Amino acid sequence: MSERVNAGLHGESAMQKQAKVLLGFWIYLMTDLVLFASLFATYAVLRSNTFGGPGGGQLFNLPLVLVETILLLTSSFTAGLLTIVLSRGNRRLVMVFLALTFVLGVGFLVIELTEFSHLIQDGNSWQRSGFLSAFFTLVGMHGLHIAVGLLWMLVVGYQVLYRGLTTAVTRRLRLISLFWHFLDIVWIFIFSIVYMIGVL
Amino acid sequence: MFGKLTISAFVHDPITNVAILGTIIIGIVGIILLIRFKKLSWLWKNWLTSLDPKKIGVMYIAIATFMLLRGLADVLLIRTQQALSSGASHGIINADTFQQVFSAHGTMMIFFVAMGFLFGILNLIVPPQIGSRDVAFPFLNSVSFWLFAGGALLVNLSLAVGEFSAAGWLAYPPLSELSYSPGVGVDYWIWSLQIAGVGSLLSGINFLVTIIKLRAPGMTPMKMPIFIWSVLGSMSLVVFAFPILTATLSMLALDRTLGMHFFTAEAGGNAMMYVNLIWAWGHPEVYILILPAFGIFSEIVSVFSGKRLFGYKSMVWALGAITFLSFTVWLHHFFTMGAGADVNSFFGIMTMIIAIPTGVKIFNWLFTMYRGRVRLTTPMLWFLGFVVTFTLGGVAGVLMSVPAIDYQVHNSLFLVAHFHTMIIGGVLFGIFAGFTYWFPKFTGFTLNERIGRWAFWVWLFGFLLAFIPLYILGLMGATRRLDHYDASLGWQGLFIVAGIGATLICIGVALQILQVIVSIVQRKQHLVLDGDPWNGRTLEWSTVSPPPSYTFAVIPIVTDRDDFWVSKHQSIPDQVPRHYRAIAVPKNTSAGIVIAGFATLIGFAVIWQIIWLIPVALLGLIISCIIRLSHDAEEEIISAVDVERQELTARRQRDLV
Amino acid sequence: MKKSTFSERTALGRYITGFIVSLAATLIVYFFVQNRIAGGHQVLSHTFLMISIALLAIIQFVVQAVFFLHIGKEPKPRVKMIAFFFMLLIVVILVGGSIWIMNNLDYTMMTPEQTKTYLQNNEGL
Repeated sequence: MSERVNAGLHGESAMQKQAKVLLGFWIYLMTDLVLFASLFATYAVLRSNTFGGPGGGQLFNLPLVLVETILLLTSSFTAGLLTIVLSRGNRRLVMVFLALTFVLGVGFLVIELTEFSHLIQDGNSWQRSGFLSAFFTLVGMHGLHIAVGLLWMLVVGYQVLYRGLTTAVTRRLRLISLFWHFLDIVWIFIFSIVYMIGVL
Repeated sequence: MFGKLTISAFVHDPITNVAILGTIIIGIVGIILLIRFKKLSWLWKNWLTSLDPKKIGVMYIAIATFMLLRGLADVLLIRTQQALSSGASHGIINADTFQQVFSAHGTMMIFFVAMGFLFGILNLIVPPQIGSRDVAFPFLNSVSFWLFAGGALLVNLSLAVGEFSAAGWLAYPPLSELSYSPGVGVDYWIWSLQIAGVGSLLSGINFLVTIIKLRAPGMTPMKMPIFIWSVLGSMSLVVFAFPILTATLSMLALDRTLGMHFFTAEAGGNAMMYVNLIWAWGHPEVYILILPAFGIFSEIVSVFSGKRLFGYKSMVWALGAITFLSFTVWLHHFFTMGAGADVNSFFGIMTMIIAIPTGVKIFNWLFTMYRGRVRLTTPMLWFLGFVVTFTLGGVAGVLMSVPAIDYQVHNSLFLVAHFHTMIIGGVLFGIFAGFTYWFPKFTGFTLNERIGRWAFWVWLFGFLLAFIPLYILGLMGATRRLDHYDASLGWQGLFIVAGIGATLICIGVALQILQVIVSIVQRKQHLVLDGDPWNGRTLEWSTVSPPPSYTFAVIPIVTDRDDFWVSKHQSIPDQVPRHYRAIAVPKNTSAGIVIAGFATLIGFAVIWQIIWLIPVALLGLIISCIIRLSHDAEEEIISAVDVERQELTARRQRDLV
Repeated sequence: MKKSTFSERTALGRYITGFIVSLAATLIVYFFVQNRIAGGHQVLSHTFLMISIALLAIIQFVVQAVFFLHIGKEPKPRVKMIAFFFMLLIVVILVGGSIWIMNNLDYTMMTPEQTKTYLQNNEGL
């Protein structure tokens, strides 16, 4: 062990910090996927436990599901475009794509909440059966993540407006875009397993 | 206004009242002492708001020690009850209280003692061993600690305000559902674990990134100390297993608070799914605890045999194998739940397989000792105690991995003896070994060896006396969690022996506390001037003791495995840098306390169904998170002059040796 | 506005490809399923549908992982990729294992009435 290197004043560069944070956030996303996997496993086990009540075939409004799926997919796409213009440092385009992603995300959430409220009004709330508990929790947990993402976009959007594309703000935009892609990936499985298989 | 919280929540039985009173008195005395010696702001500035992992590590250990004492009090209650409650006698506590006592015992020991000591040691040792000053995310580290403290607070609060769970340390439904446990006990259990669990998960991410990204230049993976490999394995397990716990606890909470039917006995719930999920977390959890203990033993055996570790590569391989395999055995915790032979035999075989890499490790340790110059210091004694006890518990485990045999001993005292042997003989002995080994590094003086040896022998003897009877009782048919049994069974004698053993363990703990106190009193005679009392091999021993706040004035460049040992034995004169640079360390902040405080408040509000408080505390949590995350961490600069001064003092001290 | 660079156009191309493939996969699955429940039993069997849903979900997953999350594009050591694959392994073990175990439990713990129904449906008794 030789003492040839002296540590710099701040110990790490902006690049090192971003690499660290991105890795940490990535690992967090992996943990979130395991969390969703636990909920998926539970849904798979409870999907026929309707306790005499309605199952997916009777409850799901497929056209609406298609619309919200396309909205979310498109918002994941615009989140990707966001990272391209971000690398350019183009503040105006960043705000455009952030706003697009946000609006599409809100559209998704509105449709989902409408679906939920219809179910509840018809007496098919999470209290009715194991199946419905699992449905509301799995889909609702995804919706909760969407809501957090939307709030995050608002906060970062505000920062882009009033602080500009600083290193920190740029980093946060990369993180939210990663988060958003990951949420669409989870939705692929909700769409396929809960809704598509659910109505067969 | 206060939901379910009424005056009756504060009314308890006499024994509990004594415990509450005792805790309050100790707390008040502590606060008075702090005020008297004008240490309140010192405590706040130097410890509570610190982001220094060395400080955070010590705080983890402080809470873990407190919870150990509480857990031991439960042990004495359980052992006394079971030693007395035979035939006509019904012991000292009623059945209901007994259920709460063993539930609290298990919950506290696993989640707050074992995990607390683990994260304490990780905070202290991981950064210096890889040549880093800090963990990857210092603020997150603080949040993790305060979430852990919040969970511990809730568990302790349940003693005085309301009740704790009576559903065992894992709260199986349907017993843990609202219809069979209508009180707040299970809710306390859920929320203290949920909050502490999030803290653990965040720490897992933190230490993973630390090991991956913050190693000193030149420290390639195969040059890392084996302890770091074991932490890598353990943290990988944390990161992939704890989300399962979070999900499962959430589902149980949803059943209890929002009337869902995941695990209820009616309306389409499936209680067996809970058992399945909780053990899918639970099995990796025990490996989370044992892997770092294995790492500690690797360090200690190597240093006190004066030899490098035998079979480094196979140790790394074994750690990797255990990490992966620990996700493939979880059903062995519920062989008797009713699965068919194919399922049971698959998991039985996987359980047998996972014993193999562990065996490899034990042989590697023994081969390290062979032809080494073995010094039987206290840490080494704990290692030897571990070899004996862990092997005993391990073969009991392999016995139970055969489903047909497990059907006979599942949920008997044989099982109880097995897992206590593993956790005490493995995890706790590892923690004690690590504590006695690294104590001088962080305090600057050594522990009294003689009292340390007494403590070990009393502990070992007490442990064997406490648990060998339980193995026998289990084979004789004694079920776990019994608060009373028929006199004709002839079990009382063995329970009395176990009680004596437990008392000896308490004496052992008392001796450990005595050891620390005496060592503090005698510290001037046992100073460690060069920071290297044991002739260590790894980087943490290269700093002075106690290390300065910045640990390394200059980040080392690593060229070898056991780099410190190698550089000590090359005759390169100690290189003094021509000039020192200023060093930036994270500034203190109370944000961690605030965030964890709101989280704990949410837990309390949900437990007592104080409805208005839930959105208020949630809003507080969200706002404080947004505020903190919108500003980059602030740093404090230690000037080059200060660094130079401290390094000069350290060098002078070293030259005195 | 600056002229776009080669790497930017490649990045744009990747996102567009990912989007189109995912959209196509979603629509195909959707129309298959709509067709089936509207009464097209003759054309699309249950098994065919299950396999196509699974396949198309996996395709979408891989496409979005590669084109949106850039899996495999990091410089060595590919830590994120290792973490990703380990996560996949755990998820498969957890979900697959849980389904296997719980189904097995259902099978071994049927009530007498359920046993009768099962034997009639599955073993022609």
